[in-house]
Amino acid sequence: MKIDETLDAVGLYCPAPIVLTTDKMRKLKSRDVLEILADDPEVLTDFPAWCKITGHRFLKVEKGNGIFRLYLEKA
Amino acid sequence: MKKRVYLDHIATTPLDSRVKEAMEPYLSKGFGNPQSLSALGQEARQALDEARGKVAGLINATPGEIIFTSSGTEANNLALKGVAFAHHQKGGHIIVSSIEHYSVLHPARTLRKMGFEVSEIGVDKYGLVDPQEVKDALGEDTILVSIQLANPEVGTIQPISKIAKLIKDHNRLQAPGSGLQALLHADACCAAGLIPIDVEELGVDLLSLSSHQFYGPKGVGALYLRSGVRIMPLIEGGIQEGSRRAGTEPVAEIVGMGEAARLAMEEMEERSRRLLGLRDRLIKGIREKIDEVYLNGHPTKRLPNNVNMSIRGVEGESLVLSLDMEGISCSTGSACTSHALKASPVLTALKIGPVLAQGSLLFTLGKDNTEEEIGYLLGKLPPIVKRLREMSPIYQG
Repeated sequence: MKIDETLDAVGLYCPAPIVLTTDKMRKLKSRDVLEILADDPEVLTDFPAWCKITGHRFLKVEKGNGIFRLYLEKA
Repeated sequence: MKKRVYLDHIATTPLDSRVKEAMEPYLSKGFGNPQSLSALGQEARQALDEARGKVAGLINATPGEIIFTSSGTEANNLALKGVAFAHHQKGGHIIVSSIEHYSVLHPARTLRKMGFEVSEIGVDKYGLVDPQEVKDALGEDTILVSIQLANPEVGTIQPISKIAKLIKDHNRLQAPGSGLQALLHADACCAAGLIPIDVEELGVDLLSLSSHQFYGPKGVGALYLRSGVRIMPLIEGGIQEGSRRAGTEPVAEIVGMGEAARLAMEEMEERSRRLLGLRDRLIKGIREKIDEVYLNGHPTKRLPNNVNMSIRGVEGESLVLSLDMEGISCSTGSACTSHALKASPVLTALKIGPVLAQGSLLFTLGKDNTEEEIGYLLGKLPPIVKRLREMSPIYQG
């Protein structure tokens, strides 16, 4: 999978990861893939819900070393 | 200019013109660094000392117990992390309420990630913390309890002095000589200037203040730290603020906060009496003119400027935007920017269902609001609610 952009949201809490992702998404093209690094477990429910509302595709999440790696495809 | 009725004083209050006047000399000729030995520096130092005395006066503290910070948010961070870092060898347990401001909750969660144990105490349907629950959560390694004096969203005033008494009882039972003592911090950012605050009566060890919540400038806050209580600084590298908060002091802002504190102290009774009248008129008026409305928070143990209502069948954000078009500023829910994702965490903690929580409307009144402005709002709100309900796909009138 080609990653077009990475957002480091480690150490941040809701709503910061969503707010930063919103900004980042505006700068990406349709079908671009954004990787988000985070460590707040709330992102696991927030991002799928946010994708449903915004239409972006939630591709997958990987966990390791206390960090979540979320992959989103821009609508 | 279009009519503007400002009912969002929880977001910020306007700078009092008398405060601005007090600040002005320190934005121009009085630019000295309070740490300089020159006359200019000493003049700034004196202004700083006076402001410290005024802020201490607002909460019945001594000037030496006031640490100026950049904001209420920083004061809360300093309280949580400063106590945790200073006392981690004695214990690693911290208690907070579940409806604290994010500037308490987020540092607490960060401390949890670092290995501290954090207990979050729930609230009842009015937003009240049960002191007994705090007592039950206290352990021999509890170093800090942080409970807000009042909630910024629903205005509920917490029984801080009762909680303090239970903590003192607990501390007395700790092993002699162990040094294990739980400290009590109260975030008073949204309460200062609205209700009397006496750190001795409350029995707190730390208390946070924010200048722009009581007609002072933005960019300055303060942490009350009871004499003898140890904290670690978060910002190091200077001797300012007793070496507890390094960085050249923003003299004009601090002078402004001092003057705002003095005015708040002097005018509190008059301001609160007026606010209570306006608040109760607004609550009564909304209830009379609109059906299916609910007051969130406690009916009496609430800040004199807080009106938080849920209106069935309408969305808070639509209401805020519609009222804004009529020149009325207010807000909805807590400042969760990802609004669409979830209802206000505070209203959720009060067990208010998602539909009503989405329809919450928050008016926070200020000292300069008038009867006429409340009347204007009460004229504008009912037709807006009627229109939004007619458009609502879920409201069945």
